[in-house]
Amino acid sequence: MSAVGPDVNLRPGGRLRRRRIVNRIMETLGTLAALLAVAVLVIVVVSVIRRGAPSLSWHFLTSEPNLFGGPGGGISNAIVGTAIIVGVATAIALPVGVAAAIYLTEFAPKRIVVPVQVVIDVLAGLPTIVVGVFIYGLLVVGHQQSGLAGSIALSIVMLPLVARAAQEVLLIVPGSLREASLALGVSRWRTVLGVILPTAFGGIVTGAVLAVARAAGETAPLLFTTSIFSNAVSTDISHAMPNIPVLIFIYSEQPDAALHQDAWAAALVLIAFVLVASLCARALLARSRRKLGR
Amino acid sequence: LDRVGDGLFHVVTAGAAVLCIVVVGAIVWKVFDLASLAISYNGLHFFTTTVWDPVHNHYGALLFLYGTAVTSFVALLVATPLSIAIGLYLSELAPRGVRGIIASLVEMLAAVPSVVLGLWGILVLGPFMAQHVDPVLHDTLGFLPMFSGEVGQNGLSLITAVAILTIMIVPIVSSISRELFLQVPNDLEEGAFALGATRWEMVRGVILPSARSGIAAAMILGLGRALGEAIAVTQVIGGATAFHSSWFAPADTLASKVAGNYQSASTKLEASSLIYLAAILLVIGLVVNVIAQIIVRRFDPTRAK
Repeated sequence: MSAVGPDVNLRPGGRLRRRRIVNRIMETLGTLAALLAVAVLVIVVVSVIRRGAPSLSWHFLTSEPNLFGGPGGGISNAIVGTAIIVGVATAIALPVGVAAAIYLTEFAPKRIVVPVQVVIDVLAGLPTIVVGVFIYGLLVVGHQQSGLAGSIALSIVMLPLVARAAQEVLLIVPGSLREASLALGVSRWRTVLGVILPTAFGGIVTGAVLAVARAAGETAPLLFTTSIFSNAVSTDISHAMPNIPVLIFIYSEQPDAALHQDAWAAALVLIAFVLVASLCARALLARSRRKLGR
Repeated sequence: LDRVGDGLFHVVTAGAAVLCIVVVGAIVWKVFDLASLAISYNGLHFFTTTVWDPVHNHYGALLFLYGTAVTSFVALLVATPLSIAIGLYLSELAPRGVRGIIASLVEMLAAVPSVVLGLWGILVLGPFMAQHVDPVLHDTLGFLPMFSGEVGQNGLSLITAVAILTIMIVPIVSSISRELFLQVPNDLEEGAFALGATRWEMVRGVILPSARSGIAAAMILGLGRALGEAIAVTQVIGGATAFHSSWFAPADTLASKVAGNYQSASTKLEASSLIYLAAILLVIGLVVNVIAQIIVRRFDPTRAK
């Protein structure tokens, strides 16, 4: 009698094989979906570069559009305008957002924190065109469009982003730092300004940069507040100021191929700024996380 | 001095928090204030009228409600499985080395300004859809009313708007899903593997059930984004004058109607009626976001433990 073991077939068959095939199919689908998303990004960026780069030149960045919209002009008016509008918006949103975040993490009683957070998150989710209509009703009706109105509209878009980002990083500042400072007899406000904010600085800057990148490309809040502008470079925020997003929007709706060309080049400028800013924010975030030991 | 400083600091920061709430309140008040003329003129009839005729002062929102509903829900329907798959890939499948890079790239897609996406939509995606995608849909699914219509030349149509919206909400939903999947406790995943489950069985049996409510919240947030997107949709949807059952025809959403007609409104009533549309959008936006927040907070997996 020879010792014949049970007939074991180690090759998967039947049910197991089917389960493995299903598994393989699902894994492939997941991979394909991710590839698809990356491919769309690449296609968008590549088509903006391919169509925008030929007309992008020093001249394009530094000269005003031609008087009658013919080819050969530049977008310096829109670049200056966007820089000023977004700058002013940041100057409004950053202090308010950070202050609100400090209140929520340092002072607010627990039962207030959640409702305020919900309101801030809801504000972040509101359609930006509604914000544009709001500022239009508040500042433009009965007056006129102005760069300032655009800035305030953008600051409302930025506010929840800044507040949320600041709150998240304030929460990961180690409690021991706070307690050490308070134990030394340092008052609350000086603890916040002298110990907590410097520790959280990197994270707050990250949030601010991301908010700026978002605001720079926002079009809807500016349509109602600063969209009827001249071709000249203007630094007067009490009047409508040219800006890149509205310029792209208006040019893209025209049937004129030369304007489309300018729109692509302007889009390249905008997308380059936005993507570089988000990359920088990401790098900053990684650094400040490391510093905070997270 | 310290006590004064503390008090002052407390008041100033509390003021900033109050300001955030005031802004939301002021938005609601002002938008309804501006729309009040149209609300009293059109009343609730507004919701059941498809005509938008400024010359004869007939205004109705139904066409735009339809456009908003179809574009947003179809985009969400397409984007959700894609986003979940991407989230799963990024949290479970991707090799460690490329994981971070691909996650960053997907988030970069969300950073592309909508006006740039819209420009690309008009000049690249629209023509591509009209030449390559729409005819295929027409030929294979032409028995359905939405695909039976004639395919346009330039692709400025409802279906192109759906495609653009899908591109916009996929990165949002997928990065939220990824975070959710990463939060699922490892013990559970390993337990499933130890029982001999394949990776897909582990995903279906462990990850998806425990992330279910989070996925719902992510979907609602994506829906909110799609409902409210004005610029890119305005650029590609073409503008509607009448109701079309075909998705290959131009249409309009609430947001695109407001954004597209902002300068051409010639009478107070027309302007107010446009803002009435914005007010509807505002209410929808508020409701959608509050629901998402409630779900997020009730089922937050980090706090459930």
